[in-house]
Amino acid sequence: MSNATDTQIFRVYIRATPDAIWEAITSPEWTEQYGYKGRTEYELRAGGSVVGHATKEMIDFGAPAIMVKGEVLEADAPKKLVHTFHAQFNPETIAEPGVIVTYLIEPEDAGGLTKLTVVNDANGSPITMGFLAGSPGQLSDGGGGYPFIISDLKTLLETGKSLQD
Amino acid sequence: MSNEDTDDDLVFKALSDPSRRLLLDRLFEQDGRTLVNLEAELPHLTRFGVMKHLKVLEEADLVITEKVGREKLHYLNPVPIRLLHDRWIDKYTERRVSALVDLKHQLEKQA
Repeated sequence: MSNATDTQIFRVYIRATPDAIWEAITSPEWTEQYGYKGRTEYELRAGGSVVGHATKEMIDFGAPAIMVKGEVLEADAPKKLVHTFHAQFNPETIAEPGVIVTYLIEPEDAGGLTKLTVVNDANGSPITMGFLAGSPGQLSDGGGGYPFIISDLKTLLETGKSLQD
Repeated sequence: MSNEDTDDDLVFKALSDPSRRLLLDRLFEQDGRTLVNLEAELPHLTRFGVMKHLKVLEEADLVITEKVGREKLHYLNPVPIRLLHDRWIDKYTERRVSALVDLKHQLEKQA
């Protein structure tokens, strides 16, 4: 059983269909358009791979070409995606087993809104959890974590533009 | 949750109270707490008072509850604050910067 303190929950309501949100999370072309804008490739079946690529900018400041590796644990379009998140950009995160990330996509009854909830289970990976939580003192730069990523996802889906454009 | 202005109102209202900000700060330090645990952080309030504040925070989506076994745990959801930041604060700080640049250009033209 997971320890309560080892869980983070992020939630946002997005004016978009569950299919559109699923597409934005799982298609490589979409993942390049919001958040950190690295291309992420998912093999959408249990046991499939997750590969998060660095952007050119990240590589320019010394990041590895592959920032994240993982394994898909569950892919139930457009409702639920569960995968491990094994960060490759830091020796301490490489030594950890990797966080388990769960995306839950649930349509609301009214208003054309869909509820997106991201639950991170530390799974013995406290350093990676710290990166995923972001640092509130550095909202405008790389310290944004999931709050930054899913806020930008909402903005992109609702307005067609990333906040950073 | 059907109207963005209403959502912002709920978040601003939730943040307008010092006891509620204290609850958020405590959850930021240690997430996933029970009501009993949070009560201990606010000894000046009754259990009912703490519950009332948590309800306001939940309505603004700043706190999310999950049942784990027999316990109800409270989690901080920072996303609404991030959205306020993106929508309100970023906008005005950028404008202020560009206003300064405009002023500088104006002054340089006059010089």
